[in-house]
Amino acid sequence: MRKVLGLAVLATIWGPMAQAQQVPVTSYSLENGMEVVVIEDHRAPIVTHMVWYRVGAADEPVGKSGIAHFLEHLMFKGTDAVPDGQFSPIVEANGGNDNAFTSQDYTAYYQQVAADRLPLMMEMEADRMRGLVLDDAAMLTERDVVLEERALRTDSDPGSLFGEQRDAAQFLNHPYGTPVIGWPNEVDALTLQDALDFYGVFYAPNNAILVVAGDVQPAEVLAWAEQYYGPLQPSEGITKRLRPQEPPQRAARRLVYNDPRVASPYVIRSYLAPNRKAGDQTQAAALSLLADVLGGGGITSLLGQRLQIEEDIALASGAFYSGLSYDPDTFGMYVVPKPDVSLENAEARMDATLQFLLDNGVDPARLARSKATLLADAIYAMDSQRGLAQRYGAALTSGLTVEDVAAWPDILQAVTEADILAAAQEVLDIRHSVTGYLMGEKEAGQ
Amino acid sequence: MIRIFTLAFLALAALPLKAATDIQVVTSPGGITAWLVQEPSIPMVALQFSFRGGASQDAPDKLGATNLMVGLLEEGATGISATEFAERSDELGARFRFNTGRDSVSITASILTSNLDESVALLRLALVEPAFGEVAFERVRGQVNSGLRSDETDPQAIGGTAFRAMTFPDHAYGRPTDGTLETVAALTPEDMRVAHRNALGRNNVLIGVVGDITPEALGLLLDELLGELPDDIVDNVPDVQPVLESGITVIQFDTPQSVVIFAQPGLKRDDPDYLAAYVLNHIVGGRSSTARLNVEVREKRGLTYGISSFLLPYQHSALYMGHFNSGNDTVAEAVRIVQEEWAKVADAGVTAEELETAKRYLTGAYALRFDGNAEIAGILAGLQVARLPLSYISDRNALVNAVSVEDINRVAATLYQPENLRFVVVGQPEGLVE
Repeated sequence: MRKVLGLAVLATIWGPMAQAQQVPVTSYSLENGMEVVVIEDHRAPIVTHMVWYRVGAADEPVGKSGIAHFLEHLMFKGTDAVPDGQFSPIVEANGGNDNAFTSQDYTAYYQQVAADRLPLMMEMEADRMRGLVLDDAAMLTERDVVLEERALRTDSDPGSLFGEQRDAAQFLNHPYGTPVIGWPNEVDALTLQDALDFYGVFYAPNNAILVVAGDVQPAEVLAWAEQYYGPLQPSEGITKRLRPQEPPQRAARRLVYNDPRVASPYVIRSYLAPNRKAGDQTQAAALSLLADVLGGGGITSLLGQRLQIEEDIALASGAFYSGLSYDPDTFGMYVVPKPDVSLENAEARMDATLQFLLDNGVDPARLARSKATLLADAIYAMDSQRGLAQRYGAALTSGLTVEDVAAWPDILQAVTEADILAAAQEVLDIRHSVTGYLMGEKEAGQ
Repeated sequence: MIRIFTLAFLALAALPLKAATDIQVVTSPGGITAWLVQEPSIPMVALQFSFRGGASQDAPDKLGATNLMVGLLEEGATGISATEFAERSDELGARFRFNTGRDSVSITASILTSNLDESVALLRLALVEPAFGEVAFERVRGQVNSGLRSDETDPQAIGGTAFRAMTFPDHAYGRPTDGTLETVAALTPEDMRVAHRNALGRNNVLIGVVGDITPEALGLLLDELLGELPDDIVDNVPDVQPVLESGITVIQFDTPQSVVIFAQPGLKRDDPDYLAAYVLNHIVGGRSSTARLNVEVREKRGLTYGISSFLLPYQHSALYMGHFNSGNDTVAEAVRIVQEEWAKVADAGVTAEELETAKRYLTGAYALRFDGNAEIAGILAGLQVARLPLSYISDRNALVNAVSVEDINRVAATLYQPENLRFVVVGQPEGLVE
């Protein structure tokens, strides 16, 4: 009875979704190559203004790891027009919040502010796109801040150190194997000139995307974009992003990281996996649903149901896949076993669950629930202005188009059981994997 | 580029807050009250329920009971297993979050308008008829224990636990909200039923709702959801003064970066000087690029990635706290600077210019908090928890603007107590004298 009821409910969800997905999005290109995306949200007189650069840690010169993120910090230090670290204070004096973030594939800067302050934000962001002025004293202090950030986020967290080692094992040749924040010995040696060189090449309108979400009209945003960003000169150093690619992986890789700070050991496996590509997102959609039916949503997923409920050997489990990266990244799964269960046993049961899926296919009710969850996600996503802006910025800097973002929910809904199984067979090949054990203090004799 | 500076010092236009003008007080036929903002542009409803009481109600030998009970609310109810509950909420696209705080239990729900009735019926089962079955109980207890074991090797948790125990000896606020491995091991399903009976009631719940729903429909929803809960929940926790004196407690822990908590007595939310103190803290240690602690410890010296301080008003006490992390070799200097800055404010207060800058930011940024239905629902419930009036949202910026430099420096002279400023440092700090 429950299943019949569930399906009826799904049918009722379909109706409003057709309209719900219509978040008004408009896009343009300026003559100097800068792209502009406007997302209307008229619920409150607030705007989110973001500039995304198509450059991240994976675009760094060899030996200069961390320079993309370090430059992100230095971008707040000043220009001739806005000197002495006054960028954030001016945003705050206008009642706004601002920040920035860096990934392997992008670097982004944003402000949230009253909608009538948007032109000022554009003027200041355009100013620092080409006009950054740095000196050694500011650079050296900020480098210490970045080293403190690394100590906080990575060195103080065994799970994070473990992740760094796993990525390094996963990517032999591609820069995704190097942490975004950088290896500490290389961060410690970064110079003012390194930052300026990187800035000079990559920070330019023809490598940038403006995303504005909020209580604005697309035509007025375009007019302001032309006024403030339009006069900026493009960089001649922007070429297609060709990073060293992974060679074929022929042997499964394994690692164990012991750290006395680990109280709950776990096993985690990742496989090299294709990403979402412009006009070609079908396999990525199948992998997204595979991750959800296998290990999304706690105890309703296959891993959760079998390992946490039926076999009662795990405290937690899950599977993950984003697909949102410029180059192929990974599909992963993990199990946190109960204290009396070994990691070897947890890994064996994880593999058995995966084999069960491959042998028996996907329970139609489970697949329907995953799709219902994704539909609900699309509605709840509209409740976050910054989340919407982020979705477009991250997609466009990963090589996708506005059309790809709009098409993604329908592509997810069209995925079939056959698509999922085919993707699983192709991608979840143990020879293309890295399996890691995170454990506490090494015991004598181990 | 001159224009930047001209514009920067224009007065901020008062933002018309939709939420400020459109809050309706809805009273259900059964007498349950909620604050509602109707927002039809997205087919969803966001609800927040805050039940006064929280983990501080746990008896000393039942520590962690409320937290474990709340963790079990979505793990099965009358006629429905934990798995069925989770599957049903997936089918409906309903999102429920259950959280145990020191002074409250909060439950947030995001519901699709198209599935409103079915989703409310499901949430009702969790709130009114949780099963606390043996199997789910053991499974969730295992998860709580895992968190408690992780806390034993987490410098942040080690520092927080030690700080609370020394600040609130023999009081609920001195004990961990999640309990200890010993107290959680002794809990039983019967303890869950008792904790449930003592935590969730009609008379201690404060409700904020934002979304695509009419007042009439909300009234019926509230009665269905909460009408069967008891109306005699009491708060048994006595008021308490924090025990704090100046000095440094060092807890040795093998980590490259020391974790620092600092605290002194604070102000309760109903203190007439609370807002002046809030503005003052923004100037000294708020999350602002110009905050004195940020400028001195991070911007000028690079000793930390982030430092901030904040007022922490509880129902029965009040702290003024801050925190930062700094390398073992730099933490002593950072601690010394915080001590100096604290003494400076106590001695000399802040300047009229700093106050003006703070007002400009605080009044302008207030509207940014009303960023989405779920955010606003949380604010509406939070205002009621703080016992603030319906008019607070529309009055708040005027209240900030009314804080004078005389007010703020009068408050600074008593609020900042270098003689009561305690540091707890977890790590291997060099050159710190206890």
